[in-house]
Amino acid sequence: MSENRLSAASFADLALPLFDQLYNFARWLTRDQTEADDLVQETYAKALRGFSSFQAGTNFRAWMYRILRNSFLSSRTGLKTTVVLDEEGGDGLPAETATPESLLIEQANREMVQQALEALAVPFREILLLCEVEEMSYQEISETLAIPIGTVMSRLSRARRALRETLLERIEGGRHGV
Amino acid sequence: MACEEWRGQLDRYLDGELTPAEAAAVGAHLRGCADCAAGALERVQTKRLVQAAGKRHQPSAALRNQITKSVAARSHGGSARQWKLVLIPGLVLAVAVLLLSSYEARERAAGQSVYSELADLHVATLASATPVDVVSSDRHTVKPWFQGRIPFTFNLPELPGSEFSLVGGRVAYLEQTPGAHLIFQIRKHEISVFIFSEREMETRTLPSGPATALSFNMETWTKNGLRYFVIGDAGAGDIRALSKLLQDAS
Repeated sequence: MSENRLSAASFADLALPLFDQLYNFARWLTRDQTEADDLVQETYAKALRGFSSFQAGTNFRAWMYRILRNSFLSSRTGLKTTVVLDEEGGDGLPAETATPESLLIEQANREMVQQALEALAVPFREILLLCEVEEMSYQEISETLAIPIGTVMSRLSRARRALRETLLERIEGGRHGV
Repeated sequence: MACEEWRGQLDRYLDGELTPAEAAAVGAHLRGCADCAAGALERVQTKRLVQAAGKRHQPSAALRNQITKSVAARSHGGSARQWKLVLIPGLVLAVAVLLLSSYEARERAAGQSVYSELADLHVATLASATPVDVVSSDRHTVKPWFQGRIPFTFNLPELPGSEFSLVGGRVAYLEQTPGAHLIFQIRKHEISVFIFSEREMETRTLPSGPATALSFNMETWTKNGLRYFVIGDAGAGDIRALSKLLQDAS
């Protein structure tokens, strides 16, 4: 068989193993079970239809995530969550004071982290999930989000800082509250 | 290099995005610098926390079934529609077979690929969430439904008195030719009947009679310019009985 034509059967081989991860990601984006179900179904339907245009040798996982994410962004919930990020302003961040934070962060539990992630803007939430949970390389993230590698790095760095800040607020708030 | 510059590389270091040489340099610096090491530790902690917290949502079994089914069904349906794409490697194969073997062997190979294609259509249709497009056990409903959808008409047998029942029908494609695909049931077994116009079909050289494809029982014949295929996991006797009913229908 020709190399640049992927047979219909191979779509199932490539796409079905991604199902659990795609669902998790969809649920994090939509924060709603029904919407996540619909989003995953839409993703598979679109991917199946567009499979002939998928270029063999390029990253299939990034391609699937991109379809899912674009479908989400054009959905009703997605349109509401669109946030314009100032990608240029990466340098004006406060200097970090590392030592006491690492002690504090140790106290964060799973639930706190989940709440902090949910509180983040979608662009920050999604890039953290792609990097830490899906363990995508910067190159894959760049393909998935259709942004340059430099932007991947700066956005990731800002997302991490935003998460740390949210987390620290919650930990400290929790301590003072008790 | 100042600590600030090392700090700037920590994310990439921990994400495994540095070259081996760069990573070795950062590693060496971390072993000697407590401040940067603390920064790295905090980042590792956050990474682990997000990793654990992020794996949170499980899809329902219902959704899993739905996706698996639709992908399987659509992939098989797609292979029939993408016949043109299969044709090119198919031609290469045909030339090779022509050079290598006798005319009879070539005929048999062509027949076998048609059988496999039909077996695929049969399985894919049954796996689909909506196997039939016209749902009716009444032949007077099913037969007219095909009018204008396929380039021929055919007769359906009267089933009362037999063990068979009609489930419904849909349009199927074989070698880019539309045809009728009917589904019958007998004792929980589903049997597919495919009817195609004999004209323009390679299958016209197929011998009539019983055959097997992927362990399905099959029966095929021609009548009035139409090529019939009966295929299913029911016993060969049931396949023959349904074939007889169809052959006698007029």
